[in-house]
Amino acid sequence: MNFEDEDFELREIQKLEGHTDKVWSVAWKPATGINGIPAVFASCSGDKTVRIWEENSTGSFQCQAVLEETHTRTVRSCAWSPSGKFLATASFDATTAIWENVGVDFECVSTLEGHDNEVKSVSWNNSGSLLATCGRDKSVWIWEVLPGNEFDCVSVLQGHTQDVKMVQWNPSMDTLFSCSYDNTIKVWVENGDSDDWHCIQTLGESNSGHTSTVWSLTFNASGDKIVSCSDDLTIKVWTSKMQEWDQNAPWKHVCTLSGYHDRTIFSVHWSREGIIASGAADDAICLFVENNDNEVEGTTFKLLLKKEKAHEMDVNSVQWNSGDRRLLASASDDGTVKIWELVRLSGQKLLFQVADEVFDESAEQACA
Amino acid sequence: MVSELINANPVVYEKKERRDRGSRAVLDEYAAEPIDQLEIFDHIRDIKDPEHPYSLEELKVITEDAVDVDDQRSYVRVTFTPTVEHCSMATVIGLCLRVKLMRSLPSRYKVDIRVAPGSHATEAAVNKQLNDKERVAAALENPNLVDMVDECLAPSYA
Repeated sequence: MNFEDEDFELREIQKLEGHTDKVWSVAWKPATGINGIPAVFASCSGDKTVRIWEENSTGSFQCQAVLEETHTRTVRSCAWSPSGKFLATASFDATTAIWENVGVDFECVSTLEGHDNEVKSVSWNNSGSLLATCGRDKSVWIWEVLPGNEFDCVSVLQGHTQDVKMVQWNPSMDTLFSCSYDNTIKVWVENGDSDDWHCIQTLGESNSGHTSTVWSLTFNASGDKIVSCSDDLTIKVWTSKMQEWDQNAPWKHVCTLSGYHDRTIFSVHWSREGIIASGAADDAICLFVENNDNEVEGTTFKLLLKKEKAHEMDVNSVQWNSGDRRLLASASDDGTVKIWELVRLSGQKLLFQVADEVFDESAEQACA
Repeated sequence: MVSELINANPVVYEKKERRDRGSRAVLDEYAAEPIDQLEIFDHIRDIKDPEHPYSLEELKVITEDAVDVDDQRSYVRVTFTPTVEHCSMATVIGLCLRVKLMRSLPSRYKVDIRVAPGSHATEAAVNKQLNDKERVAAALENPNLVDMVDECLAPSYA
């Protein structure tokens, strides 16, 4: 898609109030906001609750459910299973709760215990058969999803020397990524089908990596690029030639984006068509796109726009909806969630053409 | 709480006299008054040391000059000096400073807390921990730690 010679605006659509403490994380329910299905997302907070928000027919969001009285401390992050049937929530109370979504109701069907203390992040793999969690106890746990809402811990991965801030599965294969207060990103793969997981690569300072806590990482749609963000005030892009048959292909540093945020960057998220959003403790949100002008230096990214004072306090999480409209949700210490839409300054809505190699809807329909 | 004191004999200094901030000439009583160094210092000077019955000011853990403030940018940095280099109470002191400023300043403020360069054996580790807001949030859900912090903060509200 073409971002040249166009002025864009991140327009605030709605400010959602309800949480009574800082909002740590937001997660869009998969396959919502598309084909007439209303967009749905979850937010979680220091108030120990999770809220489910749904778009109504006029396009504004309302709180549809409050998931409470299960976690006894901060709910740090949440993640939907790929089918959207389950929501996993990770809490400082040392547990991860699994909620089953039936209609408008959410029932806690399982509680995963095992971490010594605060659980900080949870992620489902692409097929929904595995779950990963991580926390202050420096470990990463892999859980197998069994019938009857059973979750079996198949592996506990030690390797980080400090608390693990986030885990994230690669969207195209079962390779797990974790990032930590120890300034590194680790890549984990399974040995055959043995439940024996091990670290195949550590991306640290010696690989042009981060020099302080790595708070978050996400993938582009095809899974061959990572973007990570850090307390070192930079955003880094990584790439690999990884393929189905070679999960061990090394990841390499591509470029570093610095000078855009002047306090800790807590969240990055890559949209389906390639726009990187970042949220930071400077209360701002930035958007970046790949810069095609620069053939000499290889892949670089340029700032599409910076939204100063996006929130009144730190921005903890930014997440793109992958549906029809370019909606971005952001969560903040100010206790609110905001919904933004990326629009042209002319006010014209952006209907994106998704890159062919990523997802060609029209082709798929033609075949069907 | 602590069976053996980390610094058994701290040097105790005299408190500075409190200056009356209100005595400054008021040109426009409705004008927003910027937050200044002394105001911040007043919020934190009476915080009690976690292991002694003295204030952070009396132990010279903080001084007025240790406060950098830029009201325009809503930014404060407090640099404190632990009484001994291996002070394991440094993170508790830092947490007290952070909590007091969190409660006292407008929410637009960004606060950095750090130990004075060269004043602590594990300076970088202490600074990193004090400025990791997730760790701070988790610490403030720990009832024992909150009790300890509240006890230290009590005199500062007097």
